[in-house]
Parts: sequence; structure tokens; C-alpha cells
Amino acid sequence: MALADKDRIFTNLYGYQPWNLSAAKKRGDWDNTKAILAKGRDAIIQEIKDSGLRGRGGAGFPTGMKWSFMPKEYRPDRPGFLVINADESEPGSCKDREIIRHDPHKLIEGALVAGFAMGARAAYIYIRGEYIREAETLFAAVQEAYDAGLIGKNACKSGYDFDVFVHRGAGAYICGEETAMIESLEGKKGQPRLKPPFPAGAGLYGCPTTVNNVESIAVAPTIMRRSAGWFASFGRENNKGTKLFQISGHVEKPCVVEEEMSIPFSELIEKHCGGIRGGRDNLLAVIPGGSSVPLVPAAEIWDAPMDFDGLKAVGSGLGTAAVIVMDKSTDIVRAIARLSYFYKHESCGQCTPCREGTGWMWRVMERLRTGDADVSEIDMLQQVTKQVEGHTICALGDAAAWPIQGLIKHFRPEIERRIAENVREAAE
Amino acid sequence: MADRHLEPDTPELRARWGGFAFNAAWEAKARAAIARYPAGRQRSAVMALLDYAQRQVGEETNTQGWLPIPVMEYVATYLDMPVIRVVEVATFYFMYNLVPVGRFHVQVCGTTPCMLRGSDDIMAACKQRGMHKGHTTDDGMWTLTEVECMGNCASAPMVQINDDNYEDLTADRLDAVLDALAAGKTPKAGTQEPGRHTVEPLGGPTTLTEMVTANHDYRGEW
Repeated sequence: MALADKDRIFTNLYGYQPWNLSAAKKRGDWDNTKAILAKGRDAIIQEIKDSGLRGRGGAGFPTGMKWSFMPKEYRPDRPGFLVINADESEPGSCKDREIIRHDPHKLIEGALVAGFAMGARAAYIYIRGEYIREAETLFAAVQEAYDAGLIGKNACKSGYDFDVFVHRGAGAYICGEETAMIESLEGKKGQPRLKPPFPAGAGLYGCPTTVNNVESIAVAPTIMRRSAGWFASFGRENNKGTKLFQISGHVEKPCVVEEEMSIPFSELIEKHCGGIRGGRDNLLAVIPGGSSVPLVPAAEIWDAPMDFDGLKAVGSGLGTAAVIVMDKSTDIVRAIARLSYFYKHESCGQCTPCREGTGWMWRVMERLRTGDADVSEIDMLQQVTKQVEGHTICALGDAAAWPIQGLIKHFRPEIERRIAENVREAAE
Repeated sequence: MADRHLEPDTPELRARWGGFAFNAAWEAKARAAIARYPAGRQRSAVMALLDYAQRQVGEETNTQGWLPIPVMEYVATYLDMPVIRVVEVATFYFMYNLVPVGRFHVQVCGTTPCMLRGSDDIMAACKQRGMHKGHTTDDGMWTLTEVECMGNCASAPMVQINDDNYEDLTADRLDAVLDALAAGKTPKAGTQEPGRHTVEPLGGPTTLTEMVTANHDYRGEW
């Protein structure tokens, strides 16, 4: 059954209506938030757990469980912090931007609900630096919420004091990694920390911290109003809820749309995007979850359910649900080589396998693109990706390795063809 | 990692920027930024202050702004932190310009989602107008940079010019934007596709159609 408009959470997704507080209130935001908080910390966390909400930032960790890791007792010398990850930089992802510029009050209300549930005293919303106009909107929306007494001292007259601050990044993909984000918030280079200690034990300023994606936080108030059962009625077991999908690349009408989890790829594309450019037969491959996940060839993706498990089953992942569609006109080796360049550019330089490996992998990819290589180098490249993967502090090394592994797995004949052609041309 | 270098520290640079200080407007913003963090954690505001400093330099030079070494030193003193920690931050984050830039900083997104939608044409159109990647044109108007994914993938290809994004571009549409900027006008930001509002499917949304004309409240249908 298709998702009905009344069950969509981000009703102002396209920004046809104003984002401001009075308009947001008319859409149902900040409606008796005090009553939600009155349910108590444990009840809110239980409701989020029951809803089956999994983190929307890519890893898919159960959100309610993450909140429950925060200390139960409040210590004034070690206040808890909620850090909201709005450093949306994964190629293909463009959902948090729409939430922030068109529905910022859902995020701010979510910050209060989540922050209260985990016993945090303040939330920092870390918005990526390039979202300049979006940050202006967010600053203004936060000010509106302060002026209306919704956050700050005695937030929503609940007796709870809670601050929301906006922190702008300045152009570093790696700050989307939770510990790099904390470093960056402390005014340092965004280089990831070793875990443990985990942020819930020692995070921002050494205090208990939880880092959540914008979408995970922004859906929380609606789940509390409509119940866990409502949210869990969408999607398959273990993959519950609604989700913002972002479709880019070779579809007739690229767009961002909120749909039910587990919607088949074909339905998503045909219903909202006007189909593949040039028809279904023209589809070559899809990167279904943002640049970090391996690509999936046309035949395997077509009927796959768009959720965590469904995409894992085809050797990829849901990631941020950023669906990059490539038709048969695509130079697939170049498309992946460009991603290798991205990871080379964004490596923070801390761990040797990633700092050296991303540049090395990109240079080899560039040669494979033109065919200026030896067939044995394909295996060598595969081997090097395995040496980078899992040998770095954060997942950027893995993210750089996976697209290349996906390319070699599914398009090895194409790479070999280029090499053979290049050799033949040289011989002539 | 990105190739970046600092502008050399010369007597001329010192003479020009050695006396840098925030003016009243940026000073107020700097104070507000520091107040967002706990007492004693003023270092957290370094990213905001570097941004403000870059913008003030931009206002003084009629460009997007950049960060000369003496300005970084000023920020370090302001926040009571070692200069090298400020330089580390300034060199790590890509939005801080380490060398002078032009009036308009044309940042073309070239990552795969934009590439699939034709960012090569956009880059070519910029080159057609005499811009070169990593350089500023002789008249000081345009600096061209290829940037990584800007998060506008559903309205690709796009460029960011100073503070505004221009999306759904073609070479002609980009030309129109650049012509308008050159003429001192303010072109419409956002999507350049006629009839498109933001990131809905072209031709009108497939969902939430009631929202187009009225601020619909769906709670009555729950």
C-alpha cells in the first residue's frame, strides 16, 4: 500500500509554505510538547525503541538504544550534550538540507524531545559550512523558538532547561563522522578519535554526548504524537518507518521524496521520478545509498526493497538513501574514479592507509579509466582496497574502498575491455 | 588531501593586514559566537571567527575574502589560543581561502551526481568565459574552483557563487547567471529550471499536493 500524505512527516518538504514558527505550528509542530516531555525520559526512549527507528545518517543503529546509553544521573560538572549531525556531505545526499530550510522547527522540537530523553543540557546542531542560506534559516528558527519560550530556561514550561546552539562547519566531509564532529566542535581539525571511549562516555568537552542525524531527530516528535505502533506499521520487520529518499542522476525527474521504507526500487523510480531516462532497459547501475556504498547492477536492483536488509542482500546498503541512478550512457569507470577523487580530497590525513591509499587508488582508477594499465593491476587494486578497508580509525577508508570493490565485482569485463583496446591502439 | 598552501608571509602582507581588527558589526557577531560555548571553551568559536574575519577581509577588498597570516594571528589572540592551532583549522577546512580570491568565487560541483547531470558542460562554460581552475581572472572578478558534493544532488548540476546556490544549470543558464552578476544584478538563487519550485519532481509534486496552495494541516486525517 502506498504511503498517504497524512502519514508523511515532512509535510513542507518542498517549501511551498513558510518555515517560520507560526506556519510550523499550524502544521502541528510544537503542539503541546510539554505533554510529550511529561511522559518522562524512560517512556520516551521506550517509545522510540518500540517504533523501530534506526539512525538515518547511514549506519542504521537503533536510535532509542543509542539514547539509552547516556548516563541516568545528571552531574553538573559533566553535563550531557546532544550533537545533531547536519554535516550532510555524502555525495548524493540532499535531505537534511530540505528539512533545515523548509521544516526547521521539526528539528528544533526533536532536539528538545531527544535531549530531554537522554538527559542532555544542550544540543549543538553542526550544519555543514556550504549550507549558508540554510544556516541563516536555522539560526532564525532557533531564535524564534527561544523568543516563544519553547527552548531555553523552562523549555515549553516543562521545568526543564535546554539550549539549542547552531555551529557552522567550513567544508570538511570527515566532520560527518561523529568523533571528528566533536573535535571540530571543540575548535580543532576534524580528525576522528579512537573509540573507546565512546561519545556516550566521553564526548564533547569530555562529557557524555550522543550524535544523531538530522532526520533521526526530526521524526521523533511525530513518533511521540502518533505512537510507535503507527511508525512501525510502515516498512518490513527491522526496517520500520518512513524515509526521505533522494534520487539523482539519470532519471527523468530527480527529486527528494518521503516514502515508506522497503518500497521497491522500481516503484520509487516510476512513481516519483518519471522512470529511468530512456526507459527501464537503459538502466546500467545504481548506487542506492550515497557514494560510500557499492553499486548494484540494473538487474539486481530493479525489484530490491529499499531498506537496510534489502540492499544488504544485493551487496550494498541503504546508507542515507541517496539513490544515484546511472544509465547506459554513463562512463561507469569514470563515475567511480570521480568518487575515488572525492575520498582522496576528503581524507583527513590521520591514518596512513587512508591518507596514502585514497590517492593511490584514485591514480590507479584514473589509469583504468583510460585503459592505460595492465590487467594484473585490477587484482592489485582490489587487494589494496582490502588493505585500506578496516585498517583506519574511522570508516572513510572503508567508504573509499567499497565503491571500487563494487566496480570490480560487477564491471570487470568493462575495465578489461578498455585495457585491451588501449593495448591494441598502442600496437597499431 | 587537498593541495593547499598559505600566502607567503611578506613585509607587504604585514603592512597591509598587520593592523587587522574586527569592526563593530563583526565584533558583535564574534562575541555572540563565543557565548554559544561553555565558559573557557572559547576555542570552539574559532571556525566562526575565521569565517567572520574572511568576510570582513572580503568587505575591505570587495572580494569573497581570504585569510592572510596576520588575520589568523589576530583570531588566535582574540581566542587566547596558539597561532598554529588557528592555522591548522584554517588549512584543514576547505571554505577558508588561503590566498586572495576574486569578487565572485565560482565553485562548480564536479562530484559524480553533478557529473552525471552534466557538470562537464558547466565547467566548460566557465572556461569559455576565461576562467581557469584555481585561478582568478585578471580583472579580479572571477575565481574558479571545482568543489566536492554540495548536497544539491536532486537539482544537479549546480554552482555555488559566494553565498548562493544556482541549481539545475545548463551552460546557457549559467551564462545568464554570470552575466547578471557581472552587471551588478542579483539573479534568482536556487533552481534555474522554469516551473520548478525546489526539489520536487519537475512538473509538480507527486505527493503533498495540498501543500502547494495552502498550509495544509494533516492532523485532522490522522
